[in-house]
Amino acid sequence: MIDPVTRIEGHAKITLKLNDSGNVVDAMFHVTQFRGFEKLCEGRPMTEMPSLMARTCGICPVSHLTASAKACDALLAVKIPQTAADLRRLMNLAQTVQSHALSFFHLSSPDLLMGFDADPVQRNLFGVFKQEPQLARDGIRLRQIGQTIIQILGGKKIHPAWAVPGGVNRPLSAEDRDKMLAMLPEALEIGQRTLQWYKRIAAHFTAEARTFANFPTLFMGLVTETGGLEHYDGNLRVVDSKGEILVDQFPPERYLELISEAVEPFSFMKFPYYKSLGYPQGIYRVGPLARLNLIDHCGTPIADQEWAEFREIQRGTVLSSFHYHHARLIEIIFGIEMMERILRDPNILDTKVRARARPNRNEGVGVAEAPRGTLIHHYRIDDNGLMVWANLIIATGHNNLAMNRGILQAAQHFVEADRISEGALNRVEAVIRCYDPCLSCATHALGQMPLKIELVNPTGEVVHAIQRN
Amino acid sequence: MTAPAKSAAIVKIATVWLDGCSGCHMSFLDMDQRLLDLAPLIDLVYSPLVDIKNFPDSVDVTLVEGSVSTNEEIEKIRKIRKHTKILIALGDCAVTGNVPAMRNPFGVAAVFDRAYRENAQLQQQNPATKLPILLDRVRPVHEVVKVDVFLPGCPPPADAIHYVVAELLAGRTPNPGSVTRFGL
Repeated sequence: MIDPVTRIEGHAKITLKLNDSGNVVDAMFHVTQFRGFEKLCEGRPMTEMPSLMARTCGICPVSHLTASAKACDALLAVKIPQTAADLRRLMNLAQTVQSHALSFFHLSSPDLLMGFDADPVQRNLFGVFKQEPQLARDGIRLRQIGQTIIQILGGKKIHPAWAVPGGVNRPLSAEDRDKMLAMLPEALEIGQRTLQWYKRIAAHFTAEARTFANFPTLFMGLVTETGGLEHYDGNLRVVDSKGEILVDQFPPERYLELISEAVEPFSFMKFPYYKSLGYPQGIYRVGPLARLNLIDHCGTPIADQEWAEFREIQRGTVLSSFHYHHARLIEIIFGIEMMERILRDPNILDTKVRARARPNRNEGVGVAEAPRGTLIHHYRIDDNGLMVWANLIIATGHNNLAMNRGILQAAQHFVEADRISEGALNRVEAVIRCYDPCLSCATHALGQMPLKIELVNPTGEVVHAIQRN
Repeated sequence: MTAPAKSAAIVKIATVWLDGCSGCHMSFLDMDQRLLDLAPLIDLVYSPLVDIKNFPDSVDVTLVEGSVSTNEEIEKIRKIRKHTKILIALGDCAVTGNVPAMRNPFGVAAVFDRAYRENAQLQQQNPATKLPILLDRVRPVHEVVKVDVFLPGCPPPADAIHYVVAELLAGRTPNPGSVTRFGL
């Protein structure tokens, strides 16, 4: 019986398949945009890649800048100066803070503040501002602080041309360091205030927590040498749903030994899977929830305390994707604490911030943790340093299998046999929002994604349709 | 900005996202606290940021990010033009085609081959079920519909976006050349 649905903002849509008894038996999340960076880079100098590849995404351009610069470091075969690595780490954390702020405040807080059944006309940041001005102001300010740190380091907030093969293009001045340090206490205050607020209201969403992609999967992400939370460097770790470590300290440049990608006819976004479990059993998740599930500690005092409490939610690993929100807020606090630590180190002002070399290898891989998860850039160049091939595995892509299954789970719980209520519609969307709806890397579909779902019977007759307005 | 008198009619604004990276929308959000100052003067009637599905019948100002890259985007931008008084090409992808148009010399088939055959290990195929059809040639917005204001930049800085919106709210014609440029 099949094929409900239509479009979400023109960039993504959902099909819910029904069986003869009217139960939802399958869900398909169609990602409808295709960009082609893996091909369009061909023939261009590798030195252009950090700036070009950053254009994959305007929400997390620094992740692409970082992964790309690291892939280029590998092509040069250099070890970049420690200060350059610290500066890149700093910018990457600033971006994690601003991007998590966008996801939590601008996009998800309307649901959390007003409830999933609230009037859709009010369900946006401006509606939040009317009802809880402090929450909206906090979100705008926290995002602004992250963006401003990126601007101070790289000259602009979005698409800074700053990380380059071999390091970064200019050292940090004491004056700029102090400007950044001055903003951090306010950021930490907002982060902590918001986390406490979230913990209070989360109790109202037990049905959602139970059904928003709440199932066992593997989790993958980078960790430090001691198993701590890592966003810039480190090695890969994979844990199962019980928290057992399957793979540890795995060199990320060998990612192809761990994961493969499948193509489905209904989406421009590919479906990576954990190779040894096969497809689609090799379902895994990345991003804040995964990272907090697979580490042994965060590595900063306040975040560590919050992390310990977070892991109490469930034995083994925290399985419901609803808890991505909680994980994101802890990572905001971690990012702020870690930025302060980096900036307090006097070596951050060292002026050696770039290793210079010609390309010395024809193949290089760069991996970093983007706000939404592990990001892989893999390049091949010819002997003149011109790009001949690229493979990108985008953070959101890793979660593709889990998003599809999560939509199915929520639809089975909230969608009645032949009717979809507005609240059910919003909950199905909200599952995607948990993963952080910036599909812009792999596609589009920012934030509050309005969609229409039609339930159609076997003869093609519309049984029920619902859409916003 | 100089705010129009309180009695001034609320201006209906839309933002649209075609084939771009969302960076222009992020730059729009980088207006930060000024967004809240604008809130009483404008009504954001359609945008990825709000929960409204259909493009309204009559919109005063529409900011369009991204190039036109699929058959569906052609239909969409035509519909938007029909219902918009002032259409702004927001950012270099909308203005010139920019990065999305870099696929033009290769052709759709080669670009698909790289992604879905060469760089995939299982079920290699070109996805085509319920998906838009990619155009042979990515185009800037003005090749498809009339554009009233060009606001270049990658992305245009938040100050430039604020300047243009504020000028339009004040009933003046903005001159974006003074606040931004290509590739900025």
